[in-house]
Amino acid sequence: MQDFTAAIGEALRLIATFDANLAEIVGLSLRVSIAATGSAALIGLPLGALIAIAAFRGRAFAILLVNALMGLPPVVVGLIVYLMLSNAGPLGGFGLLYSPTAMIIAQTVLITPIVAALARQTIEDLKLEYDEQLRALGVGPLRAVPTLLWDGRFSLLTACLAGFGRATAEVGAVIIVGGNINHVTRVMTTAIALETSKGDLALALGLGLILLVIAIAINALVMGLRATAVRSAYA
Amino acid sequence: MPEVDASNGRNAGAVLPIRGEGLVFERGGRRLLDNIDIEIGGAGTLVVIGPNGAGKSLLVRVLAGLVVPTVGKVTWAGAAPDRRRAPRIGFVFQRPVLLRRSVLANIAYALAAAGVARSEHGRRAHAALERARLTHLAHAPARVLSGGEQQLVSIARALAMGPEILILDEPTSNLDPAATIAIEGLVGIARSEGTRVVLITHDLGQARRLADEVAFLHRGRLIERAPSAAFLARPETAEAQAFMRGEIVL
Repeated sequence: MQDFTAAIGEALRLIATFDANLAEIVGLSLRVSIAATGSAALIGLPLGALIAIAAFRGRAFAILLVNALMGLPPVVVGLIVYLMLSNAGPLGGFGLLYSPTAMIIAQTVLITPIVAALARQTIEDLKLEYDEQLRALGVGPLRAVPTLLWDGRFSLLTACLAGFGRATAEVGAVIIVGGNINHVTRVMTTAIALETSKGDLALALGLGLILLVIAIAINALVMGLRATAVRSAYA
Repeated sequence: MPEVDASNGRNAGAVLPIRGEGLVFERGGRRLLDNIDIEIGGAGTLVVIGPNGAGKSLLVRVLAGLVVPTVGKVTWAGAAPDRRRAPRIGFVFQRPVLLRRSVLANIAYALAAAGVARSEHGRRAHAALERARLTHLAHAPARVLSGGEQQLVSIARALAMGPEILILDEPTSNLDPAATIAIEGLVGIARSEGTRVVLITHDLGQARRLADEVAFLHRGRLIERAPSAAFLARPETAEAQAFMRGEIVL
């Protein structure tokens, strides 16, 4: 119990003094997750819009697939990305394995279905509401897409934040493709796993606290966005 | 892009007369429109009445090109409906659908969709709001307005595009008397400026106040159409007579 209390005290000290090692891990975590979220938004938002708006054969299957992929097990994603990036894999020539780029790729694969599925639902609901009115105004499908994206902006941002939350909290995929190399690919979740197994609870707790704060901040941001949207009738 | 006639602010490309020939619409084995022939041209206000489920809303949607009939064809000024001329039909739904932006931006969006030059958006949007007495709400988020104000914005948006015809699908249902008066006033202005008006209503008082002509639908069929004075004094068909007496018409 005394060790535990001391570990918490040490964790708080590390945070309060902006410990260099801790700051480096947090910084890399945020860089990787933000880059992955940006990539997932670039792929997932148009993909979600396409599935919501376009009429094509197999649309129902596409919706089923995207929704199912929201629950992708991170270790499976890690394994697939590992196989793609390993020397024997099709992308092995790029030498990306055990680099932050590999971790960004893995997290992108993991959260793109989340962004796409939530975007699809948002845009489909808006389309249902707007469809007749837009057609009555002479608005065609191509012009309707940016209208729906803009009017759904708060919900789409929420979808991206949900993806970001998943990315920051994820450990299975990044530890496989990143390797948890000190000063290179060590992020908060992989560091927590390592330090806990080593018995260095102070750093693990410090990182855990920061991760918790990030999770709470993301949820607060989502709630704030929702409240703003409802207050100004943009929801 | 539709051309804009600078003299009256209306888009080039006429839609009147709107003609429906042999219109049939079936869904789930039910015939909701049954062989309707109708032509809407000229001027004034045509009020469409009939019991619930008679096919009134469906008919105007078919005529506006929003729904494709199972059988029959619709023409606008002799040609098949096309998206380019859609803004010349101002369509106002029973439940106004406003975009998630300000009142002014809603109207500007419609003007952009109609191909009106961007430099004209501000002037025409403000003119439309002034006519609807909504200038003070120009920068308010459209969807926080009251039901009556939203419907007025919806009509102002339709009129801003300079339509040849304004179709209103029960625009005042569930609105208070003050909102109803404001909406009827705006519709009256449009009519007096030469816009053809088609109005669906359940309110016989409203029909008496606004109609130049009345069309009566029953079970998907257009069974009577006559000048309002004649229809309101004495409808010809037994169904219309029963409806006007306030009886439940099956």
